[in-house]
Amino acid sequence: MLNLLWLVPTLPLVGFVLLVFGSLPRKLAACVGVGSIGLAAALTLLIGLQLLSLPSDEQLFRQMLWAWFSVAELNVNFTLYLDPLSLVMMSIITGIGFLIHLYSVGYMADDVAFNRFFAYMNLFVAAMLLLVLGDNLVVLYLGWEGVGLCSYLLIGFWYDNPANGYAARKAFIVTRIGDTSMALGLFLLVMHLETLDIQAITQQANALWLPGSWLPVLAAALLLGGALGKSAQLPLQTWLPDAMAGPTPISALIHAATMVTAGVYLIARMHELFLLAPQVMVVIAVIGAATLLISGFTALTQTDIKRILAFSTMSQLGYMFLALGVGAWSAAIFHLMTHAFFKALLFLAAGAVIISLHHEQNIFKMGGLRKRLPLSFWCFMIGGLALTALPLTSGYYSKHEILLATASFENGGMWLWLAGVAGALITGIYTFRLIFIVFFGEQQGAAQESFGMVIRLPLVVLCVLSVLGGWIPLPFGEIFPALHFDHGSSLVNWLTTLVPFVGIGIAYLCFYKNNALLESLSKARSGQLLRRFWFSGWGFDWFYELFFITPFMCLIAINKNDVVDSFYSLLASLARVLHRLLSFTQTGRVRWYAAVIVLGVVSFVGVGVMR
Amino acid sequence: MTGVPIEHGLLLATLLFSLGLLGVLVRRNIIFVLMSMEIMFNAVGLAFITGGSRWMQADGQIMFMLVLTLAAAEVAVGLALVLQLYKRFKTLDLDVLSKLKG
Repeated sequence: MLNLLWLVPTLPLVGFVLLVFGSLPRKLAACVGVGSIGLAAALTLLIGLQLLSLPSDEQLFRQMLWAWFSVAELNVNFTLYLDPLSLVMMSIITGIGFLIHLYSVGYMADDVAFNRFFAYMNLFVAAMLLLVLGDNLVVLYLGWEGVGLCSYLLIGFWYDNPANGYAARKAFIVTRIGDTSMALGLFLLVMHLETLDIQAITQQANALWLPGSWLPVLAAALLLGGALGKSAQLPLQTWLPDAMAGPTPISALIHAATMVTAGVYLIARMHELFLLAPQVMVVIAVIGAATLLISGFTALTQTDIKRILAFSTMSQLGYMFLALGVGAWSAAIFHLMTHAFFKALLFLAAGAVIISLHHEQNIFKMGGLRKRLPLSFWCFMIGGLALTALPLTSGYYSKHEILLATASFENGGMWLWLAGVAGALITGIYTFRLIFIVFFGEQQGAAQESFGMVIRLPLVVLCVLSVLGGWIPLPFGEIFPALHFDHGSSLVNWLTTLVPFVGIGIAYLCFYKNNALLESLSKARSGQLLRRFWFSGWGFDWFYELFFITPFMCLIAINKNDVVDSFYSLLASLARVLHRLLSFTQTGRVRWYAAVIVLGVVSFVGVGVMR
Repeated sequence: MTGVPIEHGLLLATLLFSLGLLGVLVRRNIIFVLMSMEIMFNAVGLAFITGGSRWMQADGQIMFMLVLTLAAAEVAVGLALVLQLYKRFKTLDLDVLSKLKG
């Protein structure tokens, strides 16, 4: 069964090819699009069961498909590598991917470009599977760029609107900045270790490099750049909110559950290298903490239901980076998994609300939808509770683990923990602000839930996973170094558990009971300013616009007629001048030609005679 | 065997050639230009024959035969063209017939 591993990424790829080149009727396209992922998910389940039945120190499987290329000392094979870490990622991608594909059949039912949508989705799943199954960094990079491409294609899926195209380009270019840094990291690794095989890099780096010396630090920092871009962390986070221009299932699959977690996966996969660079680890933790706070505050002020969820995703990814930074690798992957459950649920439920309201996304135009949209309400409630990490939900276990690990981290762990707990408080506030405004209060907008099974089933399954997902034992026996943290003083423990309740309480007071304090705060001038500042995502877009985009556009304006091109256009105009001169001699007068010939002959003969 | 000295023959040939050339250059009527060219051919032929008689070789006369044939062929084509030109443009002035220019 393990030998069928190659089929898992191949099935979605075949689906993609069929959807692109066979102009299938709608029903068949849906069958192919969903079926390929469903088969891949089933295969993943079987492969996973077999892998986990092996003794824990033999739980890895390598399948070489073909030798890809070999340049000088570097041999790159197209090899798939399966261990519990890639198994977990693979299960999330195919499992959640299948549910979201199923949901999309209902969500996209009226769209003209139905087949194109499923083609892109299948290509995305194939690329993402390559990313997590790659045995060397080249295959991983192939998948990495593949998912970036699909993300671009799907954000700009409704390309009629220029704003969507802009959002797509923004996402592509910003992540490309990170990818460039990652490519440089790969070059550095090739130069010094002469291999890109992940396991070999791990061994060689441990053998050759001292912890904290500049080479591993540089390599880890460059790889981190790629991870920051992909996972929308500070300072490359600005693309994710705009990426919400794509259809909602895309936001759920790519921009919440899978692609944006690729950065987390990369760092977890290369954790041995990062362990050699403790400075970079601290940077990761600080970036994670900063991102989770900044995007949390931004989420507080947003009015677009999907943008709130997008900032919340950034914030949760911040938690994962925090966990990676403090060395709690398995906690990060655990949170990655539970986050995939509840954030996919939230996005799909948001999609259900949006289509019920005929593509209304402003939460202030919603209200009192609890009775009208009971399924969406309960999904939001369960997803929201998991997101705020209330005890017994899946989010609680993973976030608790992260925060406890952070608290026992030596280098300023308490500060990071404080940031994490503050983030948890804000998470509670913005999540329940969303729920109270949308589902409680005065009823606004005529909405009716009229979904088929294809929409209901994924929502219900994800609800169950969001609640029970915390009990899934992750099989990371030997992969990650064991993290020894005491389970925290009782104060830390209690605070971590209680803070979400406080957040929900604040949200209740402010957004359910119509608090006068909030009114007066938002009326005050400083309150307005702060609100505007947070609303704009802490002015990052403004800053980048001012310091990068504008100067660049100026340079473009100056260099409109390419400097290099001007040399060649000079050559062309020189040729044109010569041509004019020559054609000037073509008078059409035969006697003139004859005279010139005679003159030529006479002068040549003359020169010949004189010599 | 005291024939005409070669210098005289060549001088005459040069003279004829220059006259023909002058005609080609200064005449505007295309028929006169063609006639001037005939003179130039014959000057060349004269030079061949003079050379042939100087070195007692038949080659000079054979070359003259070739030149004569060539001239006949050229005139046949040339006169046909002249007829067509006149039909189309109603003129034989070379400076007016100067449409073919860059």
